[in-house]
Order: sequence, then C-alpha cells, then structure tokens
Amino acid sequence: MSEPRESFETIAGCKVRLLRSGKGAPLLFLHGAGGAGVWLPFYDMLAQTRDVIVPEHPGFGHSDMPDWLDTVGDLANFYLEFIGKLGLRDVDLVGTSLGGWIAADLAVRNATALRHLVLLSPAGIHLPGVPKGDVFLWNPEQRVRNLFHDQALADKMLAMTPDDEERKRQNKNALTTARVGWQPRFYDPNLRKWLHRIDRPTLIVWGDDDKVFPPAYGPAYRDLIPGATLEIVKDCGHLPHVEKAAETAALVTKFIGA
Amino acid sequence: MKFFMIHLMPYADMDLDYDKSHNSAWVTLPNTYFDPKKGPALYNRFIDELAYADELGFDGVCVNEHHQNAYGLMPIPGVIAGALARQTKTVKIAVLGRALPLLTYPLSVAEEYAMLDNISNGRLIAGFVRGIGAEYHSTGVNPAESHDRFHEAHDLILQAWTRPGPSRYEGKYYHFEYVNTWPRVVQQPHPPIWIPSQGSTETINWASHPSRKYVYLQTFSPADQLKRFMDMYRAQAEKYGYQASPQQLGWATPVYVSDTDEQARREAKPHIEAFYNKFLRMPFEMLIPPGYLSLASMAAVGNKARAAAAGASATTIDSVMERGMFICGSPDSVVQQLEYHQKNVGYGKLIAMMQFGTLPHDLTRRNMELFAQKVMPRLRHIGEDAEPRVDAAE
Repeated sequence: MSEPRESFETIAGCKVRLLRSGKGAPLLFLHGAGGAGVWLPFYDMLAQTRDVIVPEHPGFGHSDMPDWLDTVGDLANFYLEFIGKLGLRDVDLVGTSLGGWIAADLAVRNATALRHLVLLSPAGIHLPGVPKGDVFLWNPEQRVRNLFHDQALADKMLAMTPDDEERKRQNKNALTTARVGWQPRFYDPNLRKWLHRIDRPTLIVWGDDDKVFPPAYGPAYRDLIPGATLEIVKDCGHLPHVEKAAETAALVTKFIGA
Repeated sequence: MKFFMIHLMPYADMDLDYDKSHNSAWVTLPNTYFDPKKGPALYNRFIDELAYADELGFDGVCVNEHHQNAYGLMPIPGVIAGALARQTKTVKIAVLGRALPLLTYPLSVAEEYAMLDNISNGRLIAGFVRGIGAEYHSTGVNPAESHDRFHEAHDLILQAWTRPGPSRYEGKYYHFEYVNTWPRVVQQPHPPIWIPSQGSTETINWASHPSRKYVYLQTFSPADQLKRFMDMYRAQAEKYGYQASPQQLGWATPVYVSDTDEQARREAKPHIEAFYNKFLRMPFEMLIPPGYLSLASMAAVGNKARAAAAGASATTIDSVMERGMFICGSPDSVVQQLEYHQKNVGYGKLIAMMQFGTLPHDLTRRNMELFAQKVMPRLRHIGEDAEPRVDAAE
C-alpha cells in the first residue's frame, strides 16, 4: 500500500485534512458517517489510474467543526468551494453513505466540474415503508455487526480498541452525523424532487445485505437519476468499498474508465 | 429547609420480567405492557398522593415530563399540575420540566405555565429541562440541537412573560413575529425557575449566572456527584461575584421512612431495586445520543456513563444507600442522613421522591406521614438563607 500525502486546506473558514495519492484525473472520495481516518485499500486500487483525494468532512476527524455546519446542503456547498479552490476539473466524484448523500446533493446544485458520479449505498432519500437501520440506537457491537455481511470481518473490527484520541474523533464524527442526519433520518425530503437534474453518468452500488439502508433503496435511487446504472454486490453489507474492495473498485474503474 | 414531594407516576403495575425480552423500559418497550384497565386507578391514586402532601404540610409538590416509557407516566405534566392546582390549597406546584428543545412551539409552555399560575393563584414553579437522551429517540428531535434550542426556547418564554406584547423573537430555531402570551403570569415578573439536571458544567454556569440565579436541582445522583455539582455551583457563583445561598440548591432523591431501620429496609427493598434496575433501565445509546452532550462533556463523562449504564441492572438497596442515592431508615436515621448531607453539601431544598417503582399506596402514605411528622420538623431550621432570597417571585 502506498503512503498517501497528508495536507490541510482552509475553505469557508474551515480547516480540513485531506489524504491524497495517485496520478491522473482527480477522483474526490466523500466518506460516510465513520469518517476517513485511515487510508483504505480501495483508495489504492483507484489511485492506479486517478489522483485520489480523500478529505475529512468539516466536523469530522482531524478537520475543524465550523459554526455554519447544520445540514448536508452546507457540506455540498462546501465541497463545491473545495473543488473550486483546488482547481479541480473533470472530477470523478465518489461518495459512500452520508458522503453519497453529499455527492448527490452537490451534483444537483452544480455538476459543472464533474465527469462521473458514483454513489455507494448513499443516504439522502426515504422510501415509505422501508425503514432504515437505527444506527443511533444500536450499541457499538450491533453497529459493527450490522455494517457487514461477513461476520468474521465484523469480529476483526470489534477486536480493535480505539485509543482516547481515536475515541474523541469517533464522538465528534457521531455528533456531526447526528447534526446533519438525525431528523429527518438520513434524508432530505427535497432532494428526490431534483435528482433528475443530475446530467452526469451515474453509477449506484448497493450491497445485497445492507442492514443500514436496505437494498430496496438501490432501484429507488437509480430511478430518480436519469440514465443511472445500479450494481448489486453479492454477500455484502453497507460498505461495499470496505467489505468487497476489489470487486467494488473494479466496478467503479470500469464505469469511470481507465 | 424546604420540603417538596416529587412523583414520577411510574407504571407501578409493570410486569417486571419485561427485561427478559426487552432491553429497556423506554422508547421501544411495547405499550401493550400498559393495561388500560389499570390506568385510571393508578393515575388517580398518584394524584391523591401528591394532594396528600398538601395536607401533611409539605412546601410543594413536583411533577415532571418523560415520554414513551414505564418509568414516568406524565408526558404532559401540565395535566397533573392542573388537577393539583384545584385539589390543593397551599403547596407550591413545581413542573420540573417541560423539556423545551422537544417543542416546535415553545410558546405553548409560556401559555401552559401562565394558565397554571393563574388557576393556582401564583403557586407555580417553572421547571425547564432538556429532557434525557431517550426523549430524543422518542420525539425525533435532533439531540445535536438540544442545547441551542433549550437556550432559545428559554429566552423566548422569558420574553413572553416579561416584555409587553406583542414583541418579536428572532432566533435560529425559533422565530415569532408576534410574541403576545395571554394570560399573563400571576407572579411578577415571572414564576420562580428551577433547573433540574444530572449535572453538567454548562448547565451550572448558565443557571448560576447573576442574571438568572435559578434554583439548581441535582437529580438522583450519588452523594459524591451531588457534592461535586453543588460545590461547582457555589464556586461559579463566586466567580460571578456573589454567594450562592442554600435555597438556590436542591437535591432530588428517593426517601423511605418506617419505624425502624430494619423495617424500612425490608419494606423498601423490592421497590427501590425495581426503580433502579427495571424502570430506569436503558442502554447508553438511548441515554446519551450523539450531540446530547458537548464533546468536552462526552470526553469527561462518556466512559463513566457507559460503564454505569452497563452495570445499571445490578443495583441493590445496599449499593444505592451506600452511594447516597437512597435515604432510608427510621425517622432518626433519616434525619441524621439528611442533616449530614446538608452540612456536607449545603442544599436548602429537598425534593423527596416518596413513591418509587412498585411501592404500593399504603406504604407510600405511611412514608409520607412519618416523613412529614417526624423528619421535616427536625430539619426545618437548617438550609435556610440568612436573608430572604431576592429572587423574582419567591
């Protein structure tokens, strides 16, 4: 695994940390509720053909907690400024879960700088009668177990005990996740009305055993974005890029091109 | 010392084996455990118990607000307070929480409290709380907005009571063009305000501020915590440049009196253990959702609270008595315990919970009688202020 470069950028008065590795056109990866503290094998796979940029969102991990942060819309606008400030063009935008919601919202607002959009089990919409898992009421073990299909992987995750600093970052991540996602729970009732504005090729990936946002959300999301493609990953939970990294990276690479 | 009786109005007919299949008496416990045939008798019994405190010479009675649980059946405490306003003659009536952040229209609290203040002819004490974490799961209100919504709602209600209407309120979460509450409160400029809390630096710094000097109540906490937060209030008051008086500090705790220590312990045991182990039972995630505490508080108490929640079902009468979370014994020893804590901690208001968990009506009444006749008179002279409080309306 290559060593990513760490740097900090201040945008809209908020200092954010980013990890970056690879060469090629820019690929901006927007993380989910768990944050982006570590560099994942999935990023390395994409870094073969892309300049992979993984920021920690405002209010997460090593990044600042800005006063202006209330909604996912704030984060979408932040990343539009981020893309501008870094001078990124022809961006492949990839977001997972909460980050998928930010990516979709951003693309609705302004897709000028984007080339492709990839959403991995994104939040952002609600399907009546299809309840999401209650990540805020699950205890830490339930949360990890319900994130993965493969319980051996969950066991491995549970065996790791965070130190005090990491625990503080986890508390911060959870607070910001609640701030933007508690009510309405992980969606914006207005988003679905405008997803049809997205005019960039869009790939949606869902695990067939996602217990956080059930797989029924996949087709619903696809049908709201014109021309979007849906890929279902077998024997996979809520985090395809972690649980099935190679398979998911192959799907993404095929979609965005080498 | 001033004596108040608080009632939680638990679902005392609860099937205590519920925890074989459910992990909490809150939020997700099926409401089918509540038997509609038993509700009327239970509510009316509890109202009678509070009204009896008036006859026995307590200074006040307290009700509070909790939602979707077997622990306390007063989601709308004003209903009970309204009944008490008519059924009692002299006691103060403290509503120890409306949970302000849970409301989209907090002016309803300004209205409700003003009505109660009128019907009771100025006997209302206005309690404001954030509600415990479980309420945020039950109501869907965002816990990360809790602190800010509390402060805005508080300011809005005070404005409604003290500024001639119509006035305008412009907040982030609440914005009203016409703040113009009818009726006006009887107690001018406003009823006394109490702030019950499990203990937080932020709350204490805010409540003790010279512009407020609100009565701070420490609720159902171990004696070392009680001392820590009462000391914190006094220290903060000193930093603000004044001395906090005993009547600014209250302590809410379960109390049980019987003829002898042994008898008190025997009678109270199953009921106090049910209170702590069954009715209060909830996992950490339910009690403290993300954002409910500041990150600083989370770092300070998070781990401790997690451990406490994990061990919450192993409480015994001895462990809670040892930690000062339950005052129990003969009149003599209850006097002694309360006196000891008064000297050690300096509180001036005792908020005694005289019915807890499954404690039946006859034992509750007897507890109240012994307390009123044999404990209260012997403690009246301590915990008083040197000078009368120059509080708003007390």
